[in-house]
Amino acid sequence: MTLELTTRRVLANHLDHPKNLAEHESDFGPINRLAITIDVLRESGITGRGGAAFPTAKKVEFLLQQRRATRYVVVNAMEGEPAAHKDRMLLATNPHLVLDGAMVLANLLNADSVIICIAREHVTTITQVKAAIAQRGAKRLQGPSFEVQTPPGRYVAGEESALVHWLNSNETLPQYRATRPSILQIGRGGVLLDNAETHANVGLIARHGAEWFRSVGTAARPGTTVTSVTGNGKALVVEVPYGTPIRSILSDAGIEYEPRALLLGGYGGTWLDGKHLDVGFDDDSLRPFSAGTGAGVIMALPHASCGVAECARIVDYMACESARQCGPCAFGLPAMADDLNALASGRGATQSLSRLLHLSEVIEGRGACRHPDGVIRFVRTALSVFAEDFNHHAAGHPCPFARGPRISYIPHQSDVKDLEWE
Amino acid sequence: MRRTVTFRLVVDPVRCDGFGHCAELAPELVTLDEWGYPVMQAEAFPQSDRELHRSAQLAVRGCPRQALALQKIISA
Ligand code: SF4
Ligand code: SF4
Repeated sequence: MTLELTTRRVLANHLDHPKNLAEHESDFGPINRLAITIDVLRESGITGRGGAAFPTAKKVEFLLQQRRATRYVVVNAMEGEPAAHKDRMLLATNPHLVLDGAMVLANLLNADSVIICIAREHVTTITQVKAAIAQRGAKRLQGPSFEVQTPPGRYVAGEESALVHWLNSNETLPQYRATRPSILQIGRGGVLLDNAETHANVGLIARHGAEWFRSVGTAARPGTTVTSVTGNGKALVVEVPYGTPIRSILSDAGIEYEPRALLLGGYGGTWLDGKHLDVGFDDDSLRPFSAGTGAGVIMALPHASCGVAECARIVDYMACESARQCGPCAFGLPAMADDLNALASGRGATQSLSRLLHLSEVIEGRGACRHPDGVIRFVRTALSVFAEDFNHHAAGHPCPFARGPRISYIPHQSDVKDLEWE
Repeated sequence: MRRTVTFRLVVDPVRCDGFGHCAELAPELVTLDEWGYPVMQAEAFPQSDRELHRSAQLAVRGCPRQALALQKIISA
C-alpha cells in the first residue's frame, strides 16, 4: 500500500508512522472541542463517506430532536469491503483527526462516549488507534471517553444495523427495519454512526469552517474523497476532490493502462465501461451511467482479463458473505453465483443469462439489509457493460482470458462453508 | 384535502421460515418464489377492499413465525 500525492486534506503530511498527538497538533493546529455548531455542519454540506452519502448534519439534527438521556458517537472503520483500504490508511496517517471529529460531534450531541469499531482482523489499525487514544489520556477529562470495539470482519458486519446490533449483543447480524430512516440505539441511547473518513473531515471543518470545506469538490458533494484504487496487483489510496475525472484519479494512483472497465463503489457497487474515463468521480456525474461512488472504491479491470469470470468470482464471495437470515438472500445469491460460474466456464446456455435477469427481479428489495440489492446492482451493470462478453460465453465461446489469472481480490474464505456468525 | 389510506402486507425476512402458509391464506396478495419464500404484492390495496383486508388479516394471524404485518400507508 503506497500513498500518492494529490489534494491532501485528511491524508495531509503523510509520515511513515501514525502521527502522535504532538505531530498532529503541529500539523493541523489545536482544536477547540466546542468548535463546531450545527449551523457550520449544515453549511459545510458534508455527506457520509461510507456509501449512503447522507448529509451528516441531518443525522445530527434527527438525533437532537429525540429526547435521550444518553447518546453515543460510533466511528465505523470496519472496512469489510475487500477492494477498500482507505479507512486503514487514514487511521495509519492521521488517527487523531478522526478522534477530533468524533470528539466535536460528541460534544455537539452531548454524548459521553465515542466507540471506534475496527474489524478484529485489522490488528495493526487496532494498535494504532489504541495508541492514539492513550496519548490523549490527559485531555479525556474534559471530552468524551474513547473506546475501541473489534467485531469480526465480515462483509455485512459494517452495515449500520449489524454493527449497532453487535455493540448491543455481540452478533453481527443486520436487523429488519420496517421503516426507514431507522433509529439506531445502544441500550436506550441514541447513536450517531459515521464512517471514519467523515469524522476526519468534521475534524477539519471544526478548524477551518464550512466555506473552506466547500472550496473543493462539487456542490452536492463538497470536499475530497479518499478513494481506494486497485488494479493489476496494485492497491493505492488517493485523496482527490469529488468530481475529479476518473482518468486523473487513475494516473494519480499510477495505473498506466487503459482499463477495459471500472468497478466503482465496491463489490456491491457498479460497473462502468472503460470508455467513460473522463466522467467525474461523484454521484451526480455518474448517475447517467447508473453508477455511483459508493464507499470510494475504484477497481480498474485491464483488457487482458475476463469480466464475466471476475463477476462470477465476486458474486461467489458475496453469496458466501450473506448472513443467511433471509431466504431470498440465502438462496438467491448462490443461485446467481451458479449461473455466473456456468457462464464464466462457457458451460452456461442462454438460459443462464435470462435466469440472472429473472433472479435479479425476484430477489430485489427482499432482504433485511441491502446486501442482496448491492449484488443485483453489480450484476445488472455487469450485464450491460460486458454485454458482448456475456453473449459469447452464453454461446459457449469464452474468451482466452477466462482461464487466466483473476485480478479482483477475495479474502481468504477457507472456513466459509460453515460460517459461525457471532 | 382528502387523505387516502391504503394497506400493504409486509414480511420480516429474518423471521420468515418459508413454510408458505401465507400464500394459502392470502393467495391474492402472496406468491411464493422458487425456494418457497413469500413475494408480497407490491401495490397497496384500498381500505374499501374488505375481501383483501380479510385475507391479509388471516395471513397475519396464521403465520407461525409472526413474520407478517399489515402496513397502513397514509398519503395526503
Ligand atoms: S439480506 Fe442477506 S445479508 Fe442482509 S440480513 Fe438478510 S440474509 Fe443477511
Ligand atoms: S406464513 Fe409466515 S413464516 Fe410462513 S412463509 Fe409466510 S411469512 Fe414466512
